[in-house]
Amino acid sequence: MASIRLSVPQTARKGEVIELKALIQHPMESGYRRGSRGEQIPRNIITRFECLYDGEIVFSADFHPAIAADPFLTFYTRAVRSGTLAFRWTDQHGEMWSDTAALTVT
Amino acid sequence: MKRRSPALAIAALLAACTPSPTTDADLPAADIQSGYAFLTAETQAMQNDSFANPGFLWVDLGSDLFESAADGAPSCVSCHSEGLAGVAATYPAIDEASGDLLNVEGRINRCRIRHQNLPALAYEGGELLALTAFIANQSAGTPISVSTTGASASHYRNGRDYFYTRRGQFNLSCHQCHDQNWGKRLRGDTISQGHGNGFPAYRLEWQTLGSLQRRIRDCDSGVRAEPKAFGDPAYIDLELYLSSRASGLEMESPAIRR
Repeated sequence: MASIRLSVPQTARKGEVIELKALIQHPMESGYRRGSRGEQIPRNIITRFECLYDGEIVFSADFHPAIAADPFLTFYTRAVRSGTLAFRWTDQHGEMWSDTAALTVT
Repeated sequence: MKRRSPALAIAALLAACTPSPTTDADLPAADIQSGYAFLTAETQAMQNDSFANPGFLWVDLGSDLFESAADGAPSCVSCHSEGLAGVAATYPAIDEASGDLLNVEGRINRCRIRHQNLPALAYEGGELLALTAFIANQSAGTPISVSTTGASASHYRNGRDYFYTRRGQFNLSCHQCHDQNWGKRLRGDTISQGHGNGFPAYRLEWQTLGSLQRRIRDCDSGVRAEPKAFGDPAYIDLELYLSSRASGLEMESPAIRR
């Protein structure tokens, strides 16, 4: 289980632009490096990140080998209604990690 | 006026040339600077922001491990219910029962064997790093203060010897870079003073969190010396000397380092 850290405001005013932050523990091994014996270290990266606000994608990103380990994203969305923000990472093998946070809009 | 004997004069001269074994005169207390001072503003900002700092991924995991009990063994928190604030700033320290000098990693493993009836965790494994980071983070802001007297005295001397001994194909000692040439450039970097107050630290070069011993091994291989095994007594003695030399510096773990 990968460690995930989320930063989501608990409450926001309707129409306010809110900052969301998401950090996940992942080696993001590029596939270009070699080990101490010269053997190639196989690529192992997250390829897709999505943030869903009540089921609707409000932010997504495709990751490539140049992204550093433990990728950290900061992005914004507009608070329109109370609901759940779901954060979802998928790696190259199809394994998925996710976490959610509740947002109350007043 | 009584004349001083030549032998005494030579002894005095030698004493003046050889660093005194009980003081760290080559790095005056007023000059001590954390590795933080040698980072770029962007990297400092990353360390300051407890959310952006990826080291806290390990602190979070360590907090979970500290509270969880495996296979009926008592959890860490069942003894240490008050937490361990300030404790890591006093390590390495002597384990009273065995007389061994232990660093934080060694103390965790000693507790596991003695009180939890669990096997020792592997160095640089995720669990030991997480527990060490969680415990060290509770001392963040606490000035380093280790005992170098009594049972620690011989370990301190060994550690100090290690620091001053030239080694490797480059024939360099820790002292030459980190006491005599800190602040100057080496390859693309500024040489730091070599303090361990931020460890376990997230090193950008490693792209992960690592222990002080991993950092020391990197220094040893950097001067083309053969690194010692993780947990080697010589490294624990060196950790004690490093902590003593950094006395008063505030703990920063999990720090970000280059």
